[in-house]
Amino acid sequence: MPDLLEIRNLRIEATAYPPGEPPKDVVLVDDVSVSVAKGKVLGLIGESGAGKSTIGLSAMAYGRGGVRLTGGEILLNGRDIRGLSAAKLRALRGREVTYVAQSAAAAFNPAKRLMEQVIETSLSHGLMGRAEAEARAIMLFGKLGLPSPETFGSRYPHQVSGGQLQRAMTAMALCPKPDLVIFDEPTTALDVTTQIDVLAAIKEAIHDTGVAALYITHDLAVVAQVADDILVLRHGKKVEYGPVRQIITDPHEAYTRALVSVRSIDHEEKAEAPAVLSVQNVTARYPGTTFDVLKNVSVDLPAGQTLAVVGESGSGKSTLARAITGLLPPAQGRITFAGRELSRDLKARSRDDLRELQMIYQMADVAMNPRQTVGTIIGRPLEFYFGMTGEAKRQRVQELLDQIEMGKGYIDRYPAELSGGQKQRVCIARALAAKPKLIICDEVTSALDPLVADGILKLLLNLQAQEHVAYLFITHDLATVKAIADKIAVMYRGQVVRYGSKTDVLTPPFDDYTDLLLSSVPEMRLGWLEEVLAHRKMESAGN
Amino acid sequence: MRMPLSALIGLILTGGFVFCALFAQVIAPYPLEAITGGVWEGPSSTHLLGTDTIGRDILSRLIYGGQITIFVALASSIIAFGLGSFLGFLAAVRGGWIDQGLSRIVDLMMAIPSLIVALVVLSVLPLNLTVLILVIGILDATRVFRLARAVAMDIAVMDYVEAARLRGEGQSWIIFREILPNALSPLVAEFGLRFIFAVLFISTLSFLGLGIQPPLADWGGMVRENKDGLIYGKSAALMPALAIALLAISVNLVADWILSRTTSLKGGRGA
Repeated sequence: MPDLLEIRNLRIEATAYPPGEPPKDVVLVDDVSVSVAKGKVLGLIGESGAGKSTIGLSAMAYGRGGVRLTGGEILLNGRDIRGLSAAKLRALRGREVTYVAQSAAAAFNPAKRLMEQVIETSLSHGLMGRAEAEARAIMLFGKLGLPSPETFGSRYPHQVSGGQLQRAMTAMALCPKPDLVIFDEPTTALDVTTQIDVLAAIKEAIHDTGVAALYITHDLAVVAQVADDILVLRHGKKVEYGPVRQIITDPHEAYTRALVSVRSIDHEEKAEAPAVLSVQNVTARYPGTTFDVLKNVSVDLPAGQTLAVVGESGSGKSTLARAITGLLPPAQGRITFAGRELSRDLKARSRDDLRELQMIYQMADVAMNPRQTVGTIIGRPLEFYFGMTGEAKRQRVQELLDQIEMGKGYIDRYPAELSGGQKQRVCIARALAAKPKLIICDEVTSALDPLVADGILKLLLNLQAQEHVAYLFITHDLATVKAIADKIAVMYRGQVVRYGSKTDVLTPPFDDYTDLLLSSVPEMRLGWLEEVLAHRKMESAGN
Repeated sequence: MRMPLSALIGLILTGGFVFCALFAQVIAPYPLEAITGGVWEGPSSTHLLGTDTIGRDILSRLIYGGQITIFVALASSIIAFGLGSFLGFLAAVRGGWIDQGLSRIVDLMMAIPSLIVALVVLSVLPLNLTVLILVIGILDATRVFRLARAVAMDIAVMDYVEAARLRGEGQSWIIFREILPNALSPLVAEFGLRFIFAVLFISTLSFLGLGIQPPLADWGGMVRENKDGLIYGKSAALMPALAIALLAISVNLVADWILSRTTSLKGGRGA
């Protein structure tokens, strides 16, 4: 009996149209073979551009715009589905294979009720009658832990939260009783505290329905919780393929080892020091609203140290940064920086205030003017604050490039000619050029692949040691916090719920929210998910 | 990317028009005002496109007329772009009451058909080239303002503009160094289209007798002078009309090509 899905020597190509050059064919996936048995879960993991989604979608013989499946075999239930006619593929998709997309909010039709959409595939394939399909959907809603399963389907997509919507999409995929479900980064867009619930729900649903699954993600710690086997991909080629236990505990390839040991930077907390930045009782709201986005926030940041501000989306982390930079003048409270009080409004600040307080953004792509060269981008603060020009400026820019470990040959390039990690490095150099006392880092690593993000964090730590610059580090990722923070502020709904040195904040007893946040961060070991869930069950039983 | 055939044709024709306009004095076989033949003669070896209502050579007048038409259209388009895009960028960057004020004034101007405004203004002011260029330029600037403001609005919220503000950069650096280079492509494409509208506008005004005045000649005016000939089956009025159409189409072909190139830069699928 062959496995449910067998992919042999798969080759996928696409045509690229580089500007100013003739079109050329690029190989996206090269010679990849995997198999998934009934009821098993295969995790596909790799950085962006590794070809994981492309392979996942090939399991239903689908290629995104312009992508061609050019070689190999895709055997589903024993027959090759590559090159099947459109009609046969239509019969297969949604019946034997279903798909769960990353962004549930974009995948649901906002004008239709959830139930309508969840049972649509089952009805259109004639697999069951409406009553039976609705009963099955309600059963799945319950299994996935959605609130009041009987009435959940009558809501519209905008009436439920992101995590619930993701679970509703899982129900949609499971409703027609498929043989195989493709999960394409189902939890990546969610907050950690929501991610764990969705992850648990998906795992249980897979287990109970006995369906096989392809689970695509860039987060090894997540996939370790749900998969039976793991395929590690890089640049469209197989790096390592094996059972999850072997990949996590005994990886053979250097790349896999790097992935497993990611975020294990050891950072010793620094001793107390006088504060360079002091935020006192700051309250802020956006113009024209009556809702306080920041409520009475007070934090201190010692000179040359790192204050990590953590919290889920909407907790007010980035608003705090905007209040400090003066982009959103606070309604109340004082901000003291380097011994003097900062005026609330950006326009009233002195050039030195501006120079000593720099900022690095999450999306390096849009933080640099695409029409300026690296030399202009880094050179402008030198020119603007220190009046450097000509050869002296160019020399200093090259020094900064050396400092961010990029070296020669980049000074005349445009941002479009750099990789994601290099772009972020250039942004760091631009901030550094101003000789700041404080750099605000707003989610600077969350758009990067884990290994690249690790490199950026190490660079930031080195620079801190050399230049004695303080960081206000905004992030939702607690692993990053553990790696670089000296002090931590946990934010929830616009308030600081826990604040102190790293050890204090990360040592029990916790308040409820910090406990929830900390225990939700996936750890790179097997059985972590079960432990956390069992722990939570015990606690709620104790209450 | 290879240049499509249509763009090549457009480029060659546009180039031809510009060449004729630049070297009109050298190329034109007869002077502008010289009466060299009979009334409304057909094409012949001495008058390639025939003669007009009082016996002047049509080809020569077309060449001189092209010079005037293209000059006025170009000058007014440049004024429209300078004024419109600067104010548009300013409105986008400053926001608040500056944006409100400028936008409402522009709305007001756009609410009245520009031909009517032009007719009223030109019938009051003295008729000379400077006034004509300024009137057309300012009226066209309203359209450019709308586009420039919309494009700059998208750019002004980018992080790199915020970074420049946090650095403490002044208004002019943000407008000319951060926003302008990124807004240039759509504006250049729009320039071609606005230029054509300016040509049509001048021709319309001249046809109505409020545009370029004799002894200068332009294409719209030539149609007006020779329109009676159409009744007697004379082709004289068709020649300048044809020239207007040909210039409009050829510049449009070039503008289309630039537009598709700029959209492909933004990640679209322009071929």
